[in-house]
Amino acid sequence: MKFPVPHDVKAKTIPGTEGWERMYPYQYQFVSDDPVRHQYEKDTFWFYDGLHYPEPLYPFDTIWDEAWYLALSQFNNRIFMVPPVRGVDHRIINGYVYISPVPVMDPEEIGRRVPNFMERAGYYYKNWDALEAKWKLKMEATIRELEALQIPRLADMEEMSVVTDALGESQGYHLLKNYDDLINLGIKCWQYHFEFLNLGYAAYVFFLDFVQKLFPSIPPQRVTQMISGIDVIMYEPDEQLKKLARKAIELGVDPVVSFSPEWSVVEAALKKLPKGVEWLSSLNLAREPWFNISTGTGWFHHDRSWNDQMNVPLSGIATYIGKLKQGVSIDRPTEKVRAERDRITAEYRGLIENDADRKQFDELLGCAKTVFPYVENHLFYVEHWFHSVFWNKMREVAAIMKEHGVIDDVEDVWLLRRDEVKSALWDIVTAWATGVTPRGTMTWPKEIVWRKGVMQKFKEWSPPPAIGTAPEVIQEPFTIVLWGVTNKSLADWAAVQEVKDPESITELKGFAGSPGIREGKARVCRTVAEVGELLEGEILVAPTTSPSWAPAFAKIGACITDVGGVMSHAAIVCREYGMPAVVGTGHATKIIRTGMTIRVDGSTGAVTIAR
Amino acid sequence: MGSVAEALAWPTAGRAAARPPLVCWFEDCRRDAVALVGGKCASLGELIYAGVRVPPGFALTTEGYRRFMADGEMARQVQALLAQADLQDLAALEALSERIRALIEAQPFSVQIEDQVAECYRKLALRSCMPAVPVAVRSSATAEDLAGASFAGQQDTYLWVRGIDEVLQHMRRCISSLYTARAIAYRANKGFDDDSLAISVGVQKMANAFTAGVMFTIHPANGDRSVIVIDSNFGFGESVVSGEVTPDHFVVNKITLDIIERIVSHKQMFYTVDAKTQTSQAVEMPFERQTVQSLIDDEITELAWLGKRVEKHYGCPMDIEWAVDKDLPAGGNIFILQARPETVWSARSQSPVAAPGGSAMDYILSGMLAGKKVG
Repeated sequence: MKFPVPHDVKAKTIPGTEGWERMYPYQYQFVSDDPVRHQYEKDTFWFYDGLHYPEPLYPFDTIWDEAWYLALSQFNNRIFMVPPVRGVDHRIINGYVYISPVPVMDPEEIGRRVPNFMERAGYYYKNWDALEAKWKLKMEATIRELEALQIPRLADMEEMSVVTDALGESQGYHLLKNYDDLINLGIKCWQYHFEFLNLGYAAYVFFLDFVQKLFPSIPPQRVTQMISGIDVIMYEPDEQLKKLARKAIELGVDPVVSFSPEWSVVEAALKKLPKGVEWLSSLNLAREPWFNISTGTGWFHHDRSWNDQMNVPLSGIATYIGKLKQGVSIDRPTEKVRAERDRITAEYRGLIENDADRKQFDELLGCAKTVFPYVENHLFYVEHWFHSVFWNKMREVAAIMKEHGVIDDVEDVWLLRRDEVKSALWDIVTAWATGVTPRGTMTWPKEIVWRKGVMQKFKEWSPPPAIGTAPEVIQEPFTIVLWGVTNKSLADWAAVQEVKDPESITELKGFAGSPGIREGKARVCRTVAEVGELLEGEILVAPTTSPSWAPAFAKIGACITDVGGVMSHAAIVCREYGMPAVVGTGHATKIIRTGMTIRVDGSTGAVTIAR
Repeated sequence: MGSVAEALAWPTAGRAAARPPLVCWFEDCRRDAVALVGGKCASLGELIYAGVRVPPGFALTTEGYRRFMADGEMARQVQALLAQADLQDLAALEALSERIRALIEAQPFSVQIEDQVAECYRKLALRSCMPAVPVAVRSSATAEDLAGASFAGQQDTYLWVRGIDEVLQHMRRCISSLYTARAIAYRANKGFDDDSLAISVGVQKMANAFTAGVMFTIHPANGDRSVIVIDSNFGFGESVVSGEVTPDHFVVNKITLDIIERIVSHKQMFYTVDAKTQTSQAVEMPFERQTVQSLIDDEITELAWLGKRVEKHYGCPMDIEWAVDKDLPAGGNIFILQARPETVWSARSQSPVAAPGGSAMDYILSGMLAGKKVG
């Protein structure tokens, strides 16, 4: 299969974006002035990480990409010594992230890494539960530290206590230091993120691999079904909404709660009622930590949490109140899911022909079930809870930058790289200390306007799914499962990209996420804020979904996403609810429009559009 | 009735020194009745016992066959003719075959056999609500159909046979088909003794197939036991079995009965019964049906469910012929015509996929080292 040369793609600079490279770290560039690096880049297979980045990266948001660039790679290559693979290399073109697993080429070196890997990874697998408990403590401590972190405003005159306590440090110094602490906490949190994840995914990938070798025609969703029905905290925010819905009915304040989609209106009305105040105190208990759930994936600054957008959980609660009033059960059919899981597992196991394979099946299934909760739960801790608090701390930093005239709007801060923010803070702090105007007041606003224009042009550009030279074999476990990189998936993506007229497309292919067939009207929701428009039984078409979308699943008949594999949120939730899902279609939100009649076949991964 | 011993006692149960029956209904046969009614008929009896819908019918037993061959010393005459056979001379062998077959086909059944066959045929017509019910007459060899010894195609099958005289005549033709030149040569080469040769003849109501085909309870291409693979076309299953059309192709998940793969082919011909001659005839597919899916999804699911049941009863992957009858209402119109153990994958010994050692870590390591081929 032939893919474009990365440097050729990059060379076709979008007019008006010349110089965009300065928005990202220099090591992310495809280069031409270093012959060795240039050759390596040409010979390597790079694929667009659409799973994580459906849109071009804002300069500040590159922080998490750098964080996982480091963390995933170090755990593969320096800590667990995964024998055939080092880390995953990263590049950026026009704001879109391209990644590539780096193999170990020398067979002897692979051999030398084997005993290390067996010892180190073996230790984690063997002590998984105990180490995971330890992880939770480390993670919670990190989040507490983040929550406690002060972003000090710069006063015209420091407090008297600075003198009487003989503190010897200014708020200016604390602003610089605490900004560093903020960034460092973020990087640390991502260190923990990957402590278990590579091994967790490996356990899952190779269980899938094994079962597919035994049963070549088994749909991957049937394999994931064998590890379904395990309680994970990902469902907890949604469970809290259900509890609050029940509580509202119990207290008789449900008409008030469902009275308006505007949280401020509902909250004011509730405060006037004694029972309303009681309900609000239940709500406040639920908000920490569960409403730190992000309305997106949590990867981007614009993914606000429920706490930031109370209308979103309110609409979920109202939906559940409506269901309860109609006498419809809002419980997840967990028992049914578990019974079906056990039946399927037993039937497949019964078809295994020899004892060795049966034993291997039991071992791998056991391992996959052990790692499953971590693979799901880390998302809440890192991408949701930590990130939601982090973005708001950054907004506090931005507010100070705005106050000192370096940026015009708090939300402009995302157009700066995190090291540029640090420079700007130095500029501000020294100017504040000295009593002069920061130099940045003249330079940054202009640059930000230009960068906004560049971002807009980047958004209109379609990144090719893959560039460079395809390898024959991929050994990196994430590449296969998470991104679903196979010749077939790449060809499918490429085929849709080549269609000149998107209005003529009648079929989309994705991954069969959750079985079943459903025909109905489509509702395209680009963000969770739009799920309020969903009507009962409609088919949700979304870029991707996250736990905060959970209430939507109580209404819809099926789900289609642009990005994600069979282990993505939409696929998992649809399996739990027993409704069809097709995930990772690449372009569904661009091609399908609200109101279209579509047919979702979650058993084959096909979406048909009636035109 | 559940065993050969009991079946052999029929229809004179209770009497001492009972002789095996000459004729026997399918439902009175079991898998272990192969020596009495041959593999095909025993298998049909077994399916009925398992609760699978099978077109009704009966068999002339191997005892009936032996009595027929013994009457008028026919067996001796055939042996005398066979003694002259020259296996090297094909033309002579063909001539010899024709003489033997003419001899057999001209020999009437005894009154006792004729009476019993006629009585069964009358009851079959009654059961089918159709006078002179069309039947399939086919040989059911004692060595055929067994796993690992597929003699399929060595004997003949006659479809759309109507009326007792025709039935009796085609039963004789089935018996005589043991003596085609090819069969004579085959047995001589393999060293089979003609004295121990026995055949049963099955007489079974024709399913008036709207759609028919074959079904494997294992993936014939990769040996995957978790799927059921169905090939189908409109009309009789002959077009599918013979490979004259590219049939519609469905892969069904055996555990969940989801249809996981579906190829609707361009089907240019099908077999149907000619009203005048009452024979099965190849005809061109009407244009508007050529690309229509020949089974509806509910039928695919029901078939797969039946296939799963058949496999469960036999305890091994099966190769099944089936039909959807157009004379009967949905819900009771899918019939299993034949079922035999699948022989290709069953004969292959599957080497374990498991990694040496068998722990999760062992497999993860070996999997990582092997990597995943792209494409």
